[in-house]
Amino acid sequence: MSAASLLFWFSGTMLLLASLFALYRIVRGPSILDRMIASDMLLTTLVIVVGVEMVYNDHLDTVPLMIVLASTAIFASISVARYVSKQDRPKDESGRRRPLGRGPTADHPASGPEAPEQAGNPAPEKGGPL
Amino acid sequence: MNLDAILDGAALICLALGAFLSMAAGVGLLRFPDALSRMHAATKPQIMGLFFVLAAIALDQRSWVTVLILIPVVVLQTLTAPISAHMIGRAAYRTHNFSDEHTLVDELGPAVDKATREQRRRGPER
Amino acid sequence: MSPAEHGFIRRLRLRQLPVMIGLVVFWLMLWGDVTALNVVVGVVLAIIVTRVFYLPPVDISGRVNPWWLLRYLGYFLRELVIASFQVAFLALDPRGVPHSSFVRVKLRTKSDFILTMVGMTISLIPGSLVAEVDRYQSTLYLHVLNTRTLKDVEAMRREVRWIEELLIRAVGDRNDLRRLGA
Repeated sequence: MSAASLLFWFSGTMLLLASLFALYRIVRGPSILDRMIASDMLLTTLVIVVGVEMVYNDHLDTVPLMIVLASTAIFASISVARYVSKQDRPKDESGRRRPLGRGPTADHPASGPEAPEQAGNPAPEKGGPL
Repeated sequence: MNLDAILDGAALICLALGAFLSMAAGVGLLRFPDALSRMHAATKPQIMGLFFVLAAIALDQRSWVTVLILIPVVVLQTLTAPISAHMIGRAAYRTHNFSDEHTLVDELGPAVDKATREQRRRGPER
Repeated sequence: MSPAEHGFIRRLRLRQLPVMIGLVVFWLMLWGDVTALNVVVGVVLAIIVTRVFYLPPVDISGRVNPWWLLRYLGYFLRELVIASFQVAFLALDPRGVPHSSFVRVKLRTKSDFILTMVGMTISLIPGSLVAEVDRYQSTLYLHVLNTRTLKDVEAMRREVRWIEELLIRAVGDRNDLRRLGA
């Protein structure tokens, strides 16, 4: 195996891992913002994959795809972010800062009126404090 | 060893670096404790990763027209990334989507409290 | 139309000119070649875009110091590369997840343009993002990754103010420059 094909294999594996991690985060959440961040990342990974393919096959045909993806990726983030902060506004009226310790940390999913998805508790098995 | 071989090698190394940054972003997305730090880990190194891959394309093709076609990708990504980072970050703060345990100082809290108090004194907006 | 009004409109057009040139160049880059048809369509589109999506003109001082602009760009690119790898290795670091902070940075500038540029720069450099902006106080509230101690927070504050200084020295107006000296 030549050095070139080794590097291509390396890149491909890394990108595959990246998209799998992003997919895991999309599935597991826990909050909608996490899913949004992960899907944003998945999209960027996709753009990178398109670029790698262009180098591999030595052509420039998919540059427009890159441009479109790079320019439209932002819409999803913005609309989700808008939606999330709007939805949350009533809670803010009754005191925005929750008391310390009631923050959405491990083994304490946020309680109260908000939907479970809004609780930002980290997946304990992965992101738990070390 | 001629110039072509060197440039091809540089392109491949750029690709590998970009892919590595992408993978590291994925790991950060898995490991970090809250939405805001995941945001840092996931999106920012990937921008650099994308730039590396674009550099690889330019090094591979070796023509100025290619560089000119690739510049819009860079420009769009550079202009839009801070906006989405800000929007997500702001929404994450407002929904308290960060872990107190992993927060050292919060200098935004007092400012938000003050603004909320002032707004309440003036009465509701609507 | 009174002469004064006419002059005002002409000034407004002049201010839009850099934006329009930029849009036409961008259009040409998207197509990848320069033909007469592309240029004409680009100009027409640029006029439509600047009319339909009208934005209030940005107050740019018009002063450019190439040396400081170069220093700013160099600093930005260096930080971009270094911080990207720092954050990447932080994610792979087996010693655990980092602590982050919300940092309040009071800037000296009074210009929206500089404030925006500082925010963009900070957001693009990995490890920090703008969580909230107080435009009237020229204050940025940043979320900063990996602040182990309060010293790191202070270092971040200094870094942001250094970026602000670079930008003001590069493209800021005289008032901001004076504030910098004071």
